[in-house]
Amino acid sequence: MSIHTIGVIIKDWLIGLLAGWGVPVELSRLLIEVLTWAVGAALCIIAIMLAALVFIYLERKVSGYIQSRLGPTRCGPVGILQSFVDVIKLLLKEDIVPAEADRVLHTIGPILFLAVSALAYVVVPWDEGGTVAGKVDAGVGVLFMAAVGSMGLIGIVVGGWGSNNKWSLLGAIRGAAQMVSYEIPMLLALMCVVLQAETLSLAGIVEDQKGSIIAWNFLRPWMWLPVVLFLISGVAEINRTPFDIPEAESELVSGFHTEYTGMKFALFFLAEYGNLLLVALIFSVLFLGGWLSPFGYPDPLRLPGIIWLLAKSLLIVLIVMWVRWTLPRLRVDQLMGLAWKLMIPAGFVALGVMCAVIMLGWA
Amino acid sequence: MNEANVGTTDQLIVNMGPQHPSTHGVLRVALTLDGERVVSADPDIGYLHSSMEKIAERLDYRQYISYTDRFDYLGAMCNEWVFVRAVERLAGIEVTPRCEHIRLLMAELNRLASHLLYFGAMGIDTGATTVFLYCFRERELILDLFEWVSGQRLLYNFLRVGGLRNDLPDGWVEQCHAAMDALASRVDEYDTLLSENRIFIARTRGIGAITAEEALAYGFSGPCLRGCGVPYDLRRVDGYSLYPELDFEVCVEEGGDCLSRHMVRSRELRESIKIVRQVLARLPEGEVNVPVPRRLKVEPGEVYERIESPRGELGCYLVSDGSDKPWRMHWRAPSFYNLAPLDRLCRGHWMADMVAVIASTDIVLGDVDR
Repeated sequence: MSIHTIGVIIKDWLIGLLAGWGVPVELSRLLIEVLTWAVGAALCIIAIMLAALVFIYLERKVSGYIQSRLGPTRCGPVGILQSFVDVIKLLLKEDIVPAEADRVLHTIGPILFLAVSALAYVVVPWDEGGTVAGKVDAGVGVLFMAAVGSMGLIGIVVGGWGSNNKWSLLGAIRGAAQMVSYEIPMLLALMCVVLQAETLSLAGIVEDQKGSIIAWNFLRPWMWLPVVLFLISGVAEINRTPFDIPEAESELVSGFHTEYTGMKFALFFLAEYGNLLLVALIFSVLFLGGWLSPFGYPDPLRLPGIIWLLAKSLLIVLIVMWVRWTLPRLRVDQLMGLAWKLMIPAGFVALGVMCAVIMLGWA
Repeated sequence: MNEANVGTTDQLIVNMGPQHPSTHGVLRVALTLDGERVVSADPDIGYLHSSMEKIAERLDYRQYISYTDRFDYLGAMCNEWVFVRAVERLAGIEVTPRCEHIRLLMAELNRLASHLLYFGAMGIDTGATTVFLYCFRERELILDLFEWVSGQRLLYNFLRVGGLRNDLPDGWVEQCHAAMDALASRVDEYDTLLSENRIFIARTRGIGAITAEEALAYGFSGPCLRGCGVPYDLRRVDGYSLYPELDFEVCVEEGGDCLSRHMVRSRELRESIKIVRQVLARLPEGEVNVPVPRRLKVEPGEVYERIESPRGELGCYLVSDGSDKPWRMHWRAPSFYNLAPLDRLCRGHWMADMVAVIASTDIVLGDVDR
């Protein structure tokens, strides 16, 4: 039973219930629509929270493994409760706003950053027909995600500017430059997939890859360049090493979140890990067949699609973590050079190849 | 805004330090930035000043040894060594061969520990955190050896005028052999992770470059100077202690930039392992201490003694008036001279390069301020 059918059953039951109470069918449909949205929004936030909690623990364990140490071990068995303890600690901390800081901007920075991150989750196809907002994705899932994704830097800039700290400001400016630059190769890679699937809907892109693992995009030779471009620019978009220059600890103290404490800092942190999951999810949807099973469609193992999607995303997350704990950081000019001199031209090449493939009728 | 200001940008003055994560202690740099470009970098020192030289004037020679540990805390054995050498030269004391061997051994082990810490710090300053932890894992092997022999992990207080605090414990030599074997196999691993990494090379090649003439004029020494192509290593130039009898190479790199300084240290790790193994192989038996009066008075006179510390030429200038305390004492601290051209090294580079430059000069602020 997929998520979609569960949703339909609950909806039908609710409509029946409301009809039994004498509510007109039209009104009850509207009410349920609103309710679906509210539940969906709550689910997005919960997904981010859970992703952050799991990933922070995972990151510490993975880095511990890479660096030949243990990582957290004290809270709960093998330290599994460490993230929860950290969250409680952050919640209880005093919220400090620096003197002379812009209180309003300082407060809305992290909120904006998290909100934008959560918003993009709306169009992720978790299962067959199972986006949080199925109808929005009707045709513009990719467009929506790209538009919302590029708003993330507003949170960084606002937070960095509002902190009234020069390090934060430098970090914010770096972040803005970096995120704007890497948006372009990312979108070029995205366009290749859109051309392949002939749809702007993320659910449609998954439908296009229906079949076993050999039907997935990452095994099509003309998709190899976009795969690499998307992964690199994805890592750059979420500000992780080797592209973590907006918060480069050894240079900018902590970059744009230097002046944040307590829950505001936690919001930045949550959103960063939320973004990590988002990039992994989108990558899985675009190139690894989303919720499809690698053994063919329909899934011979009868597992829910969301399990497959999360498994693929986890793989991507682990790769991103592995890279982070291995490589040094690029310098700001090298980072921009990489985007503008190498990745954007490569993106156009990939797009040209894709167009040629379609015109030759190989797609 | 008046007409003249249109289209121009302001310069940004930021305080880098004294509580900055990568100034290697309490260095404050008043940094003038144009965007992300460094216009000028003005180092402000003295946050760790502790009157090391004045204190020496009211302590007798024996008491001051534990103070020498505390200024360049990453090269404590070298600091002790140069001090006791100076005092012994003034007093005309000759130490036993076994003592000399062990002292040299300690100095080289200390150089290894210090260079390992440099490697880690350079890694973390360029964003490669894993190298840092690997280096600390191996540094731990050496600190364990120090702890076993002296009871301390950082500030050893192990050397004495005329000898050592104690002889090597049983089994120490075998443990030291094992540590060297473990380290030798892992130095290559650091190079793979850091020195040969394309991002790291792009971050350090041509950054903070200085010519040999300028470096000499600024008083550079140690790996920083050898990174400029000058084969100046006191272990060979002065040939003090047993170094003339040992087989090792003076590591020199052309270029004078961060990468050259880094590569010098990377090669010196291997050379130091070689030296330690040689010394262990020829370690003589016998006493480690010669009799020294409890209240040591030396003839009036002055002496300048220098050795090659992990950071460069470490000098100790002692003036005696015939009492049991130095009349005047001065340290020639290598970090102080290696920090001096910071502005010259950073000007025109990116702010991110500042961090690499500071890390590559491998300064210890305790050594700078004393």
